[in-house]
Amino acid sequence: MEPEDAVPTARKVRRPKSARAGGQMHGGPVAYIILGVFTIVSLFPLVWTAIAASRDNNRLAQNPPPFVFGSNLFHNLDVAWNDANLGKAFVNTTIVAGTSAATIVFLSTIAGFAFAKLRFRGRGALMLIVIGTMMVPPQLSIIPLYMMVAKLEWTDQLQSVILPSLVSAFGVFFMRQYLIQALPDEIIEAARVDGASSWRVVWHVVFPAARPAMAVLGMLMFVQTWNDFLWPFLVLSQTGNPTVQVAVAGLGRGYTPDQSLIMAGALLGTLPLLLVFAIFGKQIVGGIMQGAVKG
Amino acid sequence: MATRHDTAAPPVKEGGAAPGRPPAEPTEAEQRHRARLSRRWQRDKRWSPYAFVSPFFLLFLAFGLFPLVYTGWASLHQVEMTAPTDMTWVGMRNYTRIFDDDFFWNAAKNTLTIGIISTVPQLLMAMGLAHILNYKLRASTFYRVAMLAPYATSIAAASLVFVLLFGRDYGMINWALHFVGIDAIDWQNDKWPSQFAVSSIVIWRWTGYNALIYLAAMQAIPQDLYESAALDGASRWKQFLHVTLPSLRPTILFTVVVSTIGASQVFGEPLLFDANKGASGGAEHQFQTLGLYLYEQGWVNQHLGRASAIAWTMFLILIVIGIVNYVISRRLRASS
Repeated sequence: MEPEDAVPTARKVRRPKSARAGGQMHGGPVAYIILGVFTIVSLFPLVWTAIAASRDNNRLAQNPPPFVFGSNLFHNLDVAWNDANLGKAFVNTTIVAGTSAATIVFLSTIAGFAFAKLRFRGRGALMLIVIGTMMVPPQLSIIPLYMMVAKLEWTDQLQSVILPSLVSAFGVFFMRQYLIQALPDEIIEAARVDGASSWRVVWHVVFPAARPAMAVLGMLMFVQTWNDFLWPFLVLSQTGNPTVQVAVAGLGRGYTPDQSLIMAGALLGTLPLLLVFAIFGKQIVGGIMQGAVKG
Repeated sequence: MATRHDTAAPPVKEGGAAPGRPPAEPTEAEQRHRARLSRRWQRDKRWSPYAFVSPFFLLFLAFGLFPLVYTGWASLHQVEMTAPTDMTWVGMRNYTRIFDDDFFWNAAKNTLTIGIISTVPQLLMAMGLAHILNYKLRASTFYRVAMLAPYATSIAAASLVFVLLFGRDYGMINWALHFVGIDAIDWQNDKWPSQFAVSSIVIWRWTGYNALIYLAAMQAIPQDLYESAALDGASRWKQFLHVTLPSLRPTILFTVVVSTIGASQVFGEPLLFDANKGASGGAEHQFQTLGLYLYEQGWVNQHLGRASAIAWTMFLILIVIGIVNYVISRRLRASS
């Protein structure tokens, strides 16, 4: 019962904010022109990747550059797919991004719940540490991590990419912000009075109430891990056992790289995420905006 | 931990009373059972918060804090990639070595300029876009999603496309520039053009993201602040200056800090923008960043100790920037 109630309550709490959202003034023509320009600038490189991927190398080395699709798309995609070992890269990246996203969502939800709704000694200080960790650049840890990976002989193995990406301070912060407003204290108290253990509360009250935020966080983390470059580039080889980004980066090598093939690879590496974006774009936008507002 | 049993004892009586269902005639065994349940319940309530937050902190210790400290330790040693466990104490020599290296200062300067020409326009444009998106607009979701599409594009794919767009002979940008009478620019080999090109990849990927963060903060500003400002006769521009900007100050600070951290680590863009795909950041190191310099020292030249010293230097620079940021924001708050 309670979980079902929790979700609509959460929506009710948030509604007034979004009703205010649009501001009061209507945008004039200038606003539309500026937005139109930015939309084109944002999308043009993506569209042009597809155009370049549908041509051949000779056509790309001519003026003016091509603006319309050619006939080589499927041939280029096929060659790029095989050259860069993209099939394996896709499986690898799906495993890496899926595992990290799922773990981050789970750990962030329980930690966010504790920070949002439970009282315990040291809560404030620990939350400050969480926020502080967002400021530590990940590049600082790569050398010891690399030494660890080398020592364990995990080079080229996926666990060396997965393990360091299992936590996200942003995720904890995000879930805390959501649960503060989305989960009424009374529901937790009611479950407690009924004698529910903490894990039961998490399972039957917190998870159902947090489901929308968990979905959004999961997508954000999936996108982020999918696009990770530096660390996978260091520990995975470009042809042996790459992620998609590492494989795509490897396409540019060689003495006379075939630009249309590189573009085909870049297109293949980007396409799955653009599809996710086309379908869930609205939710992802909402998620980023929600994570941005601080309590 | 030591006080755990003492503090757990009194609540047993409370816990027994709390359910508010006085049992008929509890036998002694039942009472003991209930007391045990209640004790367990109290213990659960007391310790479960720590159980919920501990996985985060354990993983952070293992993959965040420990490596950070260990990097500092390694930076005081000579460590080679070929034998990463052989560490010879050399004190500050790694630091003096890199400070004597012209390429370090070159990389530091490049990181600074690329950071400035990517972060400043990016955040200014994001602010303007957020302001426009805050109006009532047709199809506003479409603009937001379209603007965020570059965020879904990887560094690798974006950098490769921009290499082609910025090509000297057949690139789209030089082709467009010749219509306005500008001669072909060598975007990869000239210093400023190449730094601008690398920055443009960063700007392209992150402007929409930052615009959404500003927009969210703008929408949290209470509408009556604007109404009373309008009653006082403030123009739209004045309202932006005196209501919007002050309310956004914490958000602006947050984005500045995050972008600064991001800019200090730029790596993939200059790596892939290089035609030779080397770590030198162009033939004359013209766009080698500190991130790339670290990679070159550690993974190409195989001096992990020296690379650690670069990493720690970057960290110290960030701490200084953070302190300066904090002082400035406090001054601003005090003056307003």
